Amino acid sequence: MVLLQRPHILLLLIDTHQFLQCWIAFGSANEEGQQQEEFSEELLVKPLPDHKLLAHFHFQSSAPPSTSNGCHHHLFPKAISQLVQKFRVKEMELSFTQGRWNYESWGGFDPISSSNAKPPGVELWAVFDVPQHHIDASWKNLTHTLSGLFCASINFLESTATYSTPEWSFPPASGNVRYGTFPCEAVCTENLTPWLRLLPCRDKAGIALLLDRPSLYRGFYHSQRLHLTSTESSSEGIDSGIILEQTLTVVLQPNSERAIEVHASEKHVQPSWSLSSIFGKQVSGRCVLAKSSSVYLLLDWGLVAELKFPNKENGKSAANGLTSENFWSNPSFELSVNPDRIFLEESSSHSKSLSILYMFQVEKYSESEPFDIGLMWKVPVAWLCQQTPLHASRFFMGSGNERGAIAISLKSTQFTEGFMSANSKDGSCELRVDVFQVVPWYVKVYFHSLRVFVDQQPRAVSDFIEKIHVSPSKDKMSPGVMEVVLKLPCRVNTAALTIEFDKGFLRIDEYPPDANQGFDIPSAIISFPNFHASMVFLEDDSLNRSPLLSKFQEKCPVMSYTEVLLVPLTTPDFSMPYNVSTIKCTVFALYFGSLLNVLQRRVAEEERFLKAKAAKKTGRLPLLLSKLSAKLRGRRREPLHSPPSSSSFINSKLVLKVILVAGLAVGWQYFFS
Amino acid sequence: MEKVKKKIGSFSFWNWVTASIIFRLILIYFPKNLNLSSRPEVSTPLTSFRRLAEGYWLKQSFMSPYAGSMYHGSPLLLSLLGPLTINRIEGQPNHLLYSLVSVIADVVSAMLIRATGQNLRLAYLRSLESLDLVKQIEVSEFLFSGDIAALIYLCNPFTIVACVGLSTSPIENMAVILCLYGACSRLIPLAAFGWVIATHLSLYPAILIIPVIFLLGCGPDSPPRKLFLQRHQQKEVLNQSKLPPRFSWGPVIHFAFWAFLWSVYVLVLCGISLKQFGGLWEMFKSTYGFILTVEDLSPNIGVLWYFFAEVFEFFRNFFLIVFHVNILFMILPLAIRLRHRPCYLAFVYVAICSMLKSYPSVGDSALYLGLLGWFVNELADMQFSLFLFCGYVGVSLLSPVMHNLWIWRGTGNANFYFATAMVYACLQIVLVVEGVSAMLNHDRKLRNLITGKPQDAKS
Repeated sequence: MVLLQRPHILLLLIDTHQFLQCWIAFGSANEEGQQQEEFSEELLVKPLPDHKLLAHFHFQSSAPPSTSNGCHHHLFPKAISQLVQKFRVKEMELSFTQGRWNYESWGGFDPISSSNAKPPGVELWAVFDVPQHHIDASWKNLTHTLSGLFCASINFLESTATYSTPEWSFPPASGNVRYGTFPCEAVCTENLTPWLRLLPCRDKAGIALLLDRPSLYRGFYHSQRLHLTSTESSSEGIDSGIILEQTLTVVLQPNSERAIEVHASEKHVQPSWSLSSIFGKQVSGRCVLAKSSSVYLLLDWGLVAELKFPNKENGKSAANGLTSENFWSNPSFELSVNPDRIFLEESSSHSKSLSILYMFQVEKYSESEPFDIGLMWKVPVAWLCQQTPLHASRFFMGSGNERGAIAISLKSTQFTEGFMSANSKDGSCELRVDVFQVVPWYVKVYFHSLRVFVDQQPRAVSDFIEKIHVSPSKDKMSPGVMEVVLKLPCRVNTAALTIEFDKGFLRIDEYPPDANQGFDIPSAIISFPNFHASMVFLEDDSLNRSPLLSKFQEKCPVMSYTEVLLVPLTTPDFSMPYNVSTIKCTVFALYFGSLLNVLQRRVAEEERFLKAKAAKKTGRLPLLLSKLSAKLRGRRREPLHSPPSSSSFINSKLVLKVILVAGLAVGWQYFFS
Repeated sequence: MEKVKKKIGSFSFWNWVTASIIFRLILIYFPKNLNLSSRPEVSTPLTSFRRLAEGYWLKQSFMSPYAGSMYHGSPLLLSLLGPLTINRIEGQPNHLLYSLVSVIADVVSAMLIRATGQNLRLAYLRSLESLDLVKQIEVSEFLFSGDIAALIYLCNPFTIVACVGLSTSPIENMAVILCLYGACSRLIPLAAFGWVIATHLSLYPAILIIPVIFLLGCGPDSPPRKLFLQRHQQKEVLNQSKLPPRFSWGPVIHFAFWAFLWSVYVLVLCGISLKQFGGLWEMFKSTYGFILTVEDLSPNIGVLWYFFAEVFEFFRNFFLIVFHVNILFMILPLAIRLRHRPCYLAFVYVAICSMLKSYPSVGDSALYLGLLGWFVNELADMQFSLFLFCGYVGVSLLSPVMHNLWIWRGTGNANFYFATAMVYACLQIVLVVEGVSAMLNHDRKLRNLITGKPQDAKS
């Protein structure tokens, strides 16, 4: 009996052991604060030089590794975590954009523009943690999943002709990255609603309350982005779970009727605004699930330099006097709410001036006392945002629907000139520019026709191109990818790359319904790996870091997207399939029939000769018969004196033929049944 | 014909040759090559110079020349002509050396055509002699068909455009002519070499193996064998020496051996040059596979591009098979009917291929029009020759206009351009059908002369 009972005891022991372990794990997860799922919401508002306003919503959710608390989530969207686990996504970014980021007036050198300025339409890239041969299948599934999740036509990125594999020029340099864009996707509220559904409070509470659809889509630029980083399945030991970053960047025109009325003469006065005037709503308290909820107002260093701060000459002393009132009540503008804290940029590569960040805590406000920040300008100010070292634009050359050329032109921005000379340590100052260009297969690029123009002079390609990687397009299979590393001298004024192409011709069912509208060529990505856009703000408590500010501190390379090009392709006549088929087949029949006719035509005399020859070879009876028939035919005018014999001759031949055909049919049936 | 003869009489052959060469050189020196190299009539995806340059560039940057769907030619061309696609001489246009190579290829082809034509004419005269028809047919009025064919080939605007437009068709044509010349002059290794290279470059000349076998087996064109038999039956004496030789298998086997040797050689060379880039299978897929599946739908003077752009995907494979089998279907009837005239058979095959091939260019037309010159004496009675001539002139003027209206101005429609392509195809059909009919009638005429009967049924 004892022996029999033993296994049960053992099992019991094992069970309790496991239970204990689970319990301990649960306890430890509870104890450690970092292991909890977290959510934070932030909004950054920044006045732009051209009388517009940038609003940048930043929502970040993070989930601890699934090993610690399984697949149950309190705050983190389940759909995303399932997606990560299913397709083993290491990193992914999806953006829906409408409008074009204006690099010239909205800047291109700050963290917001280099990571949130996106090409129009949908852009998706993902890094997978699966073996090489499974990546394409994972990508396909991912596009379909995202397409369902966001009510968008991301599933068009499924076909191999639409996505590409960047080798090294795309920032997350890795062999497992896939990149696809779909420029003609129309982004609208149906894409925003599923995006908001991923937030714990939706748009019912907290900062997301401001997301009023009509005012959002009235803006000049609108980009909603979803960035996902997962260390779940990485081979490295560090495991920090999934971090989901949702940002929405909008550029809006503040409602400046009053400004126009009052200061009609002074056009330089920036429009005054408040959150309620822009979005038509106010923030009534934070989302209760959010760990932190704050609104920032960023004054660009260019703007700060223009404003007459009393102690702008010595930035360091200003940092000491953070609490001094002169930062928000000063002669040039007035804030409607006193900021809770003021951050000053710690150090900048451009030592002219320092950016200022005003922070407002939303926690303090409630439904009865909603949060609404406003900014009233008193004096006209004009400033410039810091631009990318070279301003990139892209255009088509040539006319007609047969061939053309794509030109990527880089123009030096005077703004960064001094900055670049500061960067050059020795005499040989070089500016590295990475160009990443994907062209669809129907734009057949001749890579040998790549030309480089520096300062409007044609130059040898090998002098300026340090590295080039090309993967030529395959018809209906894969797009053409060109990755170029340019090394330009710092003093360069203009540089241009041109490459020729032939326009392809598609089948009628490959054209979209509006075929004459043209086809989009995705944006080229121009990045400057030697320059990093980052903003480091002085903070006293490093524990309570805001995710947005820590995002700003990360060194991300400066990059910009060029315009999307619309290439018109020739169209066939869409109403012609039946006509073309019938005409073509008629011509073929004409050829076949007339040639065969010519070949087998016999002149009368030849026929007789052949008959005679045939008769010689056959036996006596057929010989007689054939002679008879020949005679019959030869003397047709004479009456037929022996019709029965002639008919029997015909009959025998007919019977022979019938037997032959029947035999063939039987054989066919026998072999293939 | 009289006029042509007089013209040739007044100017010497060599003057014309030099004039055509000088004309080509002048055209080559025009800036940007008159943009001929990007005309759809000249450069098809298979013969385009720019695609060759792209393939060479890809190969130079250590990628497979077939990596994209740009280059579809032979890897040997890439090794031989590729280095000529980039600028070799300072201050001169890039394409200069390549154009010179094309001019040389054209001249060599013309010389080979001339030699073959003289060969054919001698054979024809010999056979007439043995048939005792020299008096009935005024041999003294016989044209020098070799000279005429060579001049037609050299002065044909189609050849000039193909040569100046930097397409690879002069080289392909030279290989075909080399094959026929070798077979006519019984240089079996040369014939095998030409055949293998021509097949390797553009696949369609593969069917020329049938005329080449007839040429090697029974010798050049002559009236049907049974005419000789009839003649001798009439004379009641069977002079074996005057009969054309029977079919002999010796040279054919010799040819097969050499063809095998050359194809192994060519494949080995291709294999070596493509060793790092996927090997021979990749080459077959993107050369022969590309020809057979008609993947590129850019407009050309053929008719298949528009058909496959319009036809429903479901039927695509069916029609691919139908159109390619159309070429094959006609091989056997023609071979049976024209077996005594292998060179003419070769001409008909070339014409049919250039009409039905997936990516035709004017270079192909130039080849068969040149070969047509060999048979000026036999085809003197051909019908519709004026109509055909006017048709060719009209189409070659209208087709660029329609292309311009459709592609460049956007005012026309694809149907207009397709219509000119259809007319062109019809003209070629009429040429082939009437040519075959005229040749058969010529044989009938000879027979009637022998049997002494009046020429009865013509056509």
